[in-house]
Amino acid sequence: MDTVILSRIQFASTTIFHYFFVPVSIGLALLIAIMETMYVRKGNEEYKRMAQFWGKLFLINFAVGVVTGILQEFQFGMNWSDYSRFVGDVFGAPLAIEALLAFFLESTFIGVWIFGWDKVSKRVHLVSIWLVALGTMLSAFWILAANSFMQHPVGFEINNGRAEMNDIFALITNGQLLVEFPHTVLAAYATGAFLVTGISAYKLLKKQDIPFFRKSFEIAAIVGIISSFGVAVAGHAQAQYLVETQPMKMAASEALWGESGDPAPWTVFANIDTENQINTGEVQIPYLLSFLSYSKFSGDVKGMLELQKEYELAYGPGDYIPPVKTTFWSFRIMVAAGSLMIALGVYAIYLMWRKKMDRPNTWFMRFMFWGLLLPPIANTSGWIMTEIGRQPWTVFGLMTTEDSVSPNITSGQVLFSVISFTAIYAILGAVLIGLFVKVIKKGPYAMDNEHGESHDPYNKED
Amino acid sequence: MSLNELWFLLIAVLFVGFFFLEGFDFGVGMETQILAKNDTERRVLINSIGPFWDANEVWLITGAGAMFAAFPHWYATLFSGFYIPFVFALLALIARGVAFEFRGKRDSKAWQKTWDVCIFFGSFLPPFLLAVVFASFIKGLPIDGDMQMYAGFFDIVNVYTVVAGITVVLLCLVHGLMFTTLRTVGDLQVRARKLAQKLLIPLAVLLVAFVIMTYTMTDIFDKRGVLLWIVVVLGVVAYLLSGYFMTKKKDGYAFGMTGAVMALSVASIFIGLFPRVMISSLDQAFNLTITNAASGHYSLKVMTIVALTLLPFVLGYQIWSYFVFHKRIHEKEHLEY
Repeated sequence: MDTVILSRIQFASTTIFHYFFVPVSIGLALLIAIMETMYVRKGNEEYKRMAQFWGKLFLINFAVGVVTGILQEFQFGMNWSDYSRFVGDVFGAPLAIEALLAFFLESTFIGVWIFGWDKVSKRVHLVSIWLVALGTMLSAFWILAANSFMQHPVGFEINNGRAEMNDIFALITNGQLLVEFPHTVLAAYATGAFLVTGISAYKLLKKQDIPFFRKSFEIAAIVGIISSFGVAVAGHAQAQYLVETQPMKMAASEALWGESGDPAPWTVFANIDTENQINTGEVQIPYLLSFLSYSKFSGDVKGMLELQKEYELAYGPGDYIPPVKTTFWSFRIMVAAGSLMIALGVYAIYLMWRKKMDRPNTWFMRFMFWGLLLPPIANTSGWIMTEIGRQPWTVFGLMTTEDSVSPNITSGQVLFSVISFTAIYAILGAVLIGLFVKVIKKGPYAMDNEHGESHDPYNKED
Repeated sequence: MSLNELWFLLIAVLFVGFFFLEGFDFGVGMETQILAKNDTERRVLINSIGPFWDANEVWLITGAGAMFAAFPHWYATLFSGFYIPFVFALLALIARGVAFEFRGKRDSKAWQKTWDVCIFFGSFLPPFLLAVVFASFIKGLPIDGDMQMYAGFFDIVNVYTVVAGITVVLLCLVHGLMFTTLRTVGDLQVRARKLAQKLLIPLAVLLVAFVIMTYTMTDIFDKRGVLLWIVVVLGVVAYLLSGYFMTKKKDGYAFGMTGAVMALSVASIFIGLFPRVMISSLDQAFNLTITNAASGHYSLKVMTIVALTLLPFVLGYQIWSYFVFHKRIHEKEHLEY
């Protein structure tokens, strides 16, 4: 296999694996900050215990997120050095700002939060977790500013064969960023929320520490439903932006070869024949694609074949159609998972509102437990659609993936790194799940007593 | 000072800061196998760097990010050229980072031993590999006219770079030992100081060897003679003072001096490089410099404003966090978190 394919596998595996943990960190940081705020305001120790219990999961998860993030930063230079040379001027800046503004904040105050329970005042401790939550969000903003540039390059000019920044404000008010950031961050909040409701549902089913987990469930369900709805709204805005700026990605995500017709129907399922560039069977909902694209029930959408001709005129000969099946199905998986999240969230809120949470139906709680898998599924397929759908470009309209790869690395080297990193990911994933299960099984009240050899809960000095 | 010079300086400062700060927590990580006699001592050592190591590592991430933004060609040539060393460094950093979080999460000896091994290698390999990379910077690397580096094994691994690697690892260990004397009490503290003193002689031999080899094998003393000799003299003074303070049990000062030796060593590489950022062993004309490897003026200007605005805050709260955790760690304390 050549270095381009291997480097793409490298990038995909690193990014997907890294992005299992990032949204959990962003989401849990917010929930823990909310719980600790309630503790500081109400003085109820139960809330403190909540912050600490969910904090344990947060820290295990955060550790994996951080270490895989270093690789994420280094691989641009390692595997994609020609890309780094071409866009470093524009793309490097948000990354450096992310480190300066967000990573230092997170890493310093997470230290204060972990080790500072009895070293700083309640308020300073609370501020620390909020600063961590803020840091995770700022980090998301700047990395998405960099990603948005790849999707929709703005604020630059080409000088000496390189993209050079000429307007930082264009970069941070990039239309792509303005739709991508809320979509991604709200999805991250939903991820944290559904993790907490899922685990709480499991414990409630087991009838363990019921008051603790019911309260956790309720706080998370509220965050979960607000953010899930928000994700859908932001996603709609993002789809409309996509029609304008990356019509090929939109057409591929609809498996739309020819003209859609006006009004355009939305294809639920399609049997895609990429070889003959045709669909051999479709299930469609009338009007819906027009609505998705333009927020009205009319208007046609361009198909891939016509766009291919346009792109050839604009960028020269070549194949500008991304992998259609991957783009089409990842989009549908994302939407389906998101819709299920909203349905589960609405029903949970209904139960809370009718005060039926003390005896919720077992089936529903089982759904809520498995529901913790929905956000990672949606997040992953969303990123696959975004990144695969942009192919053959790394920077849309400016640089192809093939031209981005490091010319001086060998396929043997990349193969070695793919294998070793995949192995370490597998180990980390397994260990993380194992530790999660362990912490959850022990429950919130066992925490003080583990490794109790040096810890006496009645000793004030501890 | 031009913006290119300023950014070269900032990157140098970030890497000096990284080696000074993470240097001691790398050292403490190594101590968990060298100095600690039992699990409690190991736990004390790990907790002594617990609140800091993550933020210390961000200095490296920021340094790399700054390189990417200010000198994209430097970043691209360096990271693709040293592909395999970086794979190993990353694997080590990954294992080490999670090990701190994971090791205490299960009551099993085998479990803890596994992560302890990760902490040891994760604390030993990255400074070694990074020192190898930095030393080969000034020795020169096969970089062609397209700024691509095609290095063979012996371009990267040779007597000079390996001596640099071992020197920096040992320096990290001594620096870490002095940090331990500041954060612990009793027997552990005494042993840390003793071991640091014992290591001073071999470290001196290595440092002198490194300076001599640098003088004979690289051109940096020709290029920056006076400045480098000042650094060497300051280094010798700091080194002697660190030994003096150790015998007087003035641990804070001794820690400052071992840190100074580290800082001066790393700084000397950057001083020798300037205004080049990577030296081509094929042709002087192929050198990467702060001019031909840099971003455009606008980008540097934006980055300068951002960095100068943020740095005071970053330094402020980092110093504050050291103040929060200034108390020594006792064995009787609750060591889990």
